[in-house]
Amino acid sequence: MAVTEHPGGETARQGSGFWPSVWNAPASRWGFAAILLLIPAAAGDFWLLQVYGWTFALGIVALSLQFLGGYGGMVSLAQMTIAGFAGYMVAIFGTSSVEHISLGWPWWLNIPAAIFLAVIFGTITGALAVRTEGIYTIMITLAIAAAFFFFVNQDYVLFNGFSGFNSVLPPTLFGVDWREPTAYYYMTLFFAVLAYGVVLYVSRSPFGLALQGVRDNPRRMAALGFNVTAHRIAAYAFASVIAAVGGLLLVWSNAQVSPGTQSIDWVINILIIAVVGGMSRPIGPFIGAFIFVLLENWSETALAWVGLSPERFKLVIGLGFLAIVLWSRDGVLGIWESWRARSRRDPLTGRAPGDDA
Amino acid sequence: MKRFIERRPVWSLVILIAAAFFLWLVFAIWPDSFEDFLKEDVGGWIGGDFGKQFGRALSRKKVFLSALLDGVTLAALYFLIAAGFTLIFGLMRNVNLAHGSLYLFGGYVGYEFAEWTGYWLLAFPAAFVVSAALGVLLQVLVFRRMEGEDLRQTLVTIGISIVLADVMLWIWGGDFYQILAPSWLSAPVETFLASAQKSSGEIVYLKYSSIRLVILVAAIVLGVAMWLALNRTRVGMLIRAGVDDRDMLSATGIPIQVVFVCVFAFGAGLAGIGGVVGGTFQSLAPGEDTEYLLSSLIVVIVGGMGSIPGAALGALLIGLADTLGAAYFATYAVVFKFLIMVAVLAFRPRGLLGRS
Repeated sequence: MAVTEHPGGETARQGSGFWPSVWNAPASRWGFAAILLLIPAAAGDFWLLQVYGWTFALGIVALSLQFLGGYGGMVSLAQMTIAGFAGYMVAIFGTSSVEHISLGWPWWLNIPAAIFLAVIFGTITGALAVRTEGIYTIMITLAIAAAFFFFVNQDYVLFNGFSGFNSVLPPTLFGVDWREPTAYYYMTLFFAVLAYGVVLYVSRSPFGLALQGVRDNPRRMAALGFNVTAHRIAAYAFASVIAAVGGLLLVWSNAQVSPGTQSIDWVINILIIAVVGGMSRPIGPFIGAFIFVLLENWSETALAWVGLSPERFKLVIGLGFLAIVLWSRDGVLGIWESWRARSRRDPLTGRAPGDDA
Repeated sequence: MKRFIERRPVWSLVILIAAAFFLWLVFAIWPDSFEDFLKEDVGGWIGGDFGKQFGRALSRKKVFLSALLDGVTLAALYFLIAAGFTLIFGLMRNVNLAHGSLYLFGGYVGYEFAEWTGYWLLAFPAAFVVSAALGVLLQVLVFRRMEGEDLRQTLVTIGISIVLADVMLWIWGGDFYQILAPSWLSAPVETFLASAQKSSGEIVYLKYSSIRLVILVAAIVLGVAMWLALNRTRVGMLIRAGVDDRDMLSATGIPIQVVFVCVFAFGAGLAGIGGVVGGTFQSLAPGEDTEYLLSSLIVVIVGGMGSIPGAALGALLIGLADTLGAAYFATYAVVFKFLIMVAVLAFRPRGLLGRS
């Protein structure tokens, strides 16, 4: 599989409009949405902040990778870097404990500026990355991510070096402290649903369909008169917006941003999240993020239970990732799809319903 | 060469003058006026504390020469690692992101073996054999099963490198290990490069670590041997044919899988040897697998994926960027190699010596 021929390769369904598909969603989806809304009534603060909040925030960053990888066939490792960049910008333009650098702009100026600059950064990264294809893209974006990490680690003029910025707080809108667990939960949920919906919408728009055409056969699309490079760069720009929003949420959850926010480990973690969840549909990254956060929080307990030191957390993550990649072509989504296909098949004829051939 | 001079006379002259100036910088004793010019004028143009420090560092020939030699010897290490990486990519289109793990693993094995036997030289074959064996396992168990699936190979090797990194952390802990070179190699040796002239007229020659020079020579010999093997022998011919058209080569009856395994083993073994070299030059510690993987990625991206001369050229550029950057712009030294990479990508996306 060249990267351009993505395994999931699922082209977004055409025919039905976007909104009808939302209103006519099956009852199970509506039930799931109701559960998501009611979770704060039952869950404790730890779950709201460390589990669900992180799942949504990490999921949004991984969603930007899913969009690029799943619909555009470009696996970029710079998405966490763009997220971290947005976090840095919000700390520099807004308020933080590092008063000699932070400019203290109001939130309505600060947040758009941060997202705007992150999009510019992401677009430049994309413009460099699209000069190459497939595996080169991974290596070049990895190198850009590493460069940014090393740079912010060394630079004390703008990025405050190793220690980064503390007390980077979300604005107190509508008199609510958005770092309070329930508020943070709803804020991340809102943005996760928004990002999910926007990605779904864009994937069915003419631009999204053209992008999927570029993924599957760039030469044919070029012959049809589409500007392949422009579509790819535009995909990077769009993914940067999503990554930047995810980055802001991540930074607000810890109230700090430092080089560690986008270290090589975290850059790889975002890839792991997207791949483990599945890259063919935008729900994948959120599934991956949920699994990752659960593992991160409870692997120590589980490891102690089998008699291993809690430091072996990475081993668990690595082995789990390896198992998923080796056995499934599309992460958890792929396993789910193949299980459904198998259970739907008629045991006598071996045919799936609706399979006319 | 002659055609180039005929077609671009001005550029040829500029390159010639630059080369002559560089040779003068290396071999001549810098006159006082030249040192003053660097210290006062260049420092003054830049201004500030940084300018003063920069001018002072710039005016000392010893700083320049050591950085130059450090860069060239670091390039030898980069070349060892990147050559295996680029060879494997060129022939099999396999992207082995576990290459850095092979480097670190080879280093640790070499350390253990050298400690056990007491002979530094024995660390090299041990690291080569063990890393090569690990490489064969990777090739047979992973890459052969997913031929042509770039993305899956990349993901699987990322997974393997995470697992290997943690297993190595488990076995060897977070300490720094240094492989000690024998005493006859660890003493600095006086080179023929003059670093300064005393007021008495006596010329001071630069002393430099002999181990690094020996390894530089060894890497050059190895590089030339690889080039000769690839371009002048039958096996090399098979490998080059495989790079150009794998299917056609296997159709002529060559057991291509055997060639693949051998090349993979050789490339992995080179990474292991690189580990011993790195452990002797500097030290071995967790996290260096990613660091050297990144460096070798940049080296092959700059030089051109799949090209051995490209790996050599890229290693030289990146090695010099690292050490010259560290000598003159300590704060931002790490960023220079990335800037070089971006510049190369912007103008030659396939690398300096890569084929389109």
